[in-house]
Amino acid sequence: MFGVPLPAILGQLMLGLVNGSFYALLSLGLAVIFGLLGVVNFAHGAFYMLGAFAAYIGLQFLGVNYWCALLLAPLAVGLLGVAIERLFLRHLYQLDPLYGLLLTFAIALIAEGIMRGLFGASGKSYPVPDILRGGFNLGFMVLPIYRAWVVLASLTVCGLTWFLIERTRLGAMLRAATENARLVQAFGVNVPLLVMSTYGAGVALAALAGVLAAPVIQVSPLMGSSLVIVVFAVVVIGGMGSIIGAIVSGLVLGLIEGLTKVIYPEASNIVVFVIMAVVLIWRPAGLFGRE
Amino acid sequence: MRAHTRVYMVLSILALAAPFLGLYPVFLMKLLCFAMFACAFNLLLGYTQMLSFGHAAYFGSSAYVTGWLVTTQGWGTIEGIVAGVAVAMVLGLVIGAIAVRRQGIYFAMITLALSQLVFFVCLQAKFTGGENGLQGIPRGSIFGMMALGSDRTMYYFVLAAFVAVFVLIRRIVHSPFGQVLNAIRANEPRAISLGYKVDRYKLVAFVLSASLAGLAGSLKALVLGFVTLSDVSQGTSGEVILMTLLGGSGTFLGPVVGANLVVTLQEYLSDLVGAWVSVIIGGIFVVCVMTFRRGFVGEIQRRFASRTAEFAKRS
Repeated sequence: MFGVPLPAILGQLMLGLVNGSFYALLSLGLAVIFGLLGVVNFAHGAFYMLGAFAAYIGLQFLGVNYWCALLLAPLAVGLLGVAIERLFLRHLYQLDPLYGLLLTFAIALIAEGIMRGLFGASGKSYPVPDILRGGFNLGFMVLPIYRAWVVLASLTVCGLTWFLIERTRLGAMLRAATENARLVQAFGVNVPLLVMSTYGAGVALAALAGVLAAPVIQVSPLMGSSLVIVVFAVVVIGGMGSIIGAIVSGLVLGLIEGLTKVIYPEASNIVVFVIMAVVLIWRPAGLFGRE
Repeated sequence: MRAHTRVYMVLSILALAAPFLGLYPVFLMKLLCFAMFACAFNLLLGYTQMLSFGHAAYFGSSAYVTGWLVTTQGWGTIEGIVAGVAVAMVLGLVIGAIAVRRQGIYFAMITLALSQLVFFVCLQAKFTGGENGLQGIPRGSIFGMMALGSDRTMYYFVLAAFVAVFVLIRRIVHSPFGQVLNAIRANEPRAISLGYKVDRYKLVAFVLSASLAGLAGSLKALVLGFVTLSDVSQGTSGEVILMTLLGGSGTFLGPVVGANLVVTLQEYLSDLVGAWVSVIIGGIFVVCVMTFRRGFVGEIQRRFASRTAEFAKRS
């Protein structure tokens, strides 16, 4: 195909799928937060970065291994998110949503600045845990185990989140609060608590993506800043606020990006944005969005 | 009104005398360029309530085009600036046409994403010099008649351009067109129901803002003699938002004040604290968003207005 050997294509597709699962995790959190809070969380990339750094710091200085980091890093970063919601975001809900975007942008600046001040701008490497090293030989290509694990883990988490929101009582409350928060509060649901935990959970998802990403990419203070823009584009393509849309378009766009790397590498950075432009012209509400 | 005139008079005298006051002219010109950029941005945010999160795309691409034409293609300064602004205008037209299809938060995200596209194109294109950027851009002369090499001449050239843009923006805002923009800002569905083609008005405002941002970028390239990737990056897009918000969006002088504050702060802080400067800028941003969303000039005007209202009530 296109004069490129098949294993190379499959390898890039696999990489694309890995990136796609990060996009899916991040845009899922972004969509959930936007749905309930009406805030476009610009700091999402920064929380992803903080998740990766939490894992790195845990391993380097506290002796926390990968598996514990997978649990502890999202928890720590999620709590940070809860604090930010309580201290800052909460006061902006009555205002134009643009202020939420600006505030989270500022928080991202601060977080990246602090990490750069402490750890420098260069990338740090995080070792792949022993059990997940090496690869399966599938005959036509070698499938690195860690990458397969990343895809599997994020798909599972995405599936669980979808189930939680669409099929449980808690999810029903969440969706109801998205439609009409005041009415839900009148029924005795503690909506501010719900909002706070939703923000924390969305942020924790970003941090989880960060931990999963730490062994495959360099951990650096700026790793989230360009990613968050791609994720914005993914969310615009999928349709803001649509859970399934966020997951599916995240994965598909990751794959398309991977494929572009084989066919026309120069365009791989911009293909998502081009697709976004085309989708907007054709369907302004996004592929899965309602309007 | 009289207070306004007095403020403008003092500012004009200050601006005209600035090079003789012992201030570094290149720094003053940088201030003027960013003030122009913020004023252009304010035309969208302040008067149409459209938050473009990608204004660096127009600022930077115009800077690149002017820099490239003047340095390697032997173009004259004015022709180079015109070409740069034309590119920013076309870019504004294309991106604006896509972005105005959505409002509010979506508009912000779309402009951001498309400006990131421009960033990557600048990163990979040959003529921008990639990671190195363009260096040694000559200032040239105005149609071969007046050389701009000396800092003082260049300063008055940039000042003249800035005043022209400032007056133009005032003119636009106070024109019937500006009034329609104001109506769209206040109540878009109502403006639509009154029969205005809202999208078209927004697009024109967007293109105007992008072109003027481009002019600011071209001038900055000539003033400093270099263009780098940071001129098209999201960091610059964020900075111009902060400048406008901090000074006061929707006021004429606000962006000028904000740009001066931010650029001065960066200049002094980067020597003092290095990488921590973005933490401080971010902190100011947070304080601004949380406590004084009208910005400095906006707050002053409000105090003034409420005081005069009180006086009127008493008499």
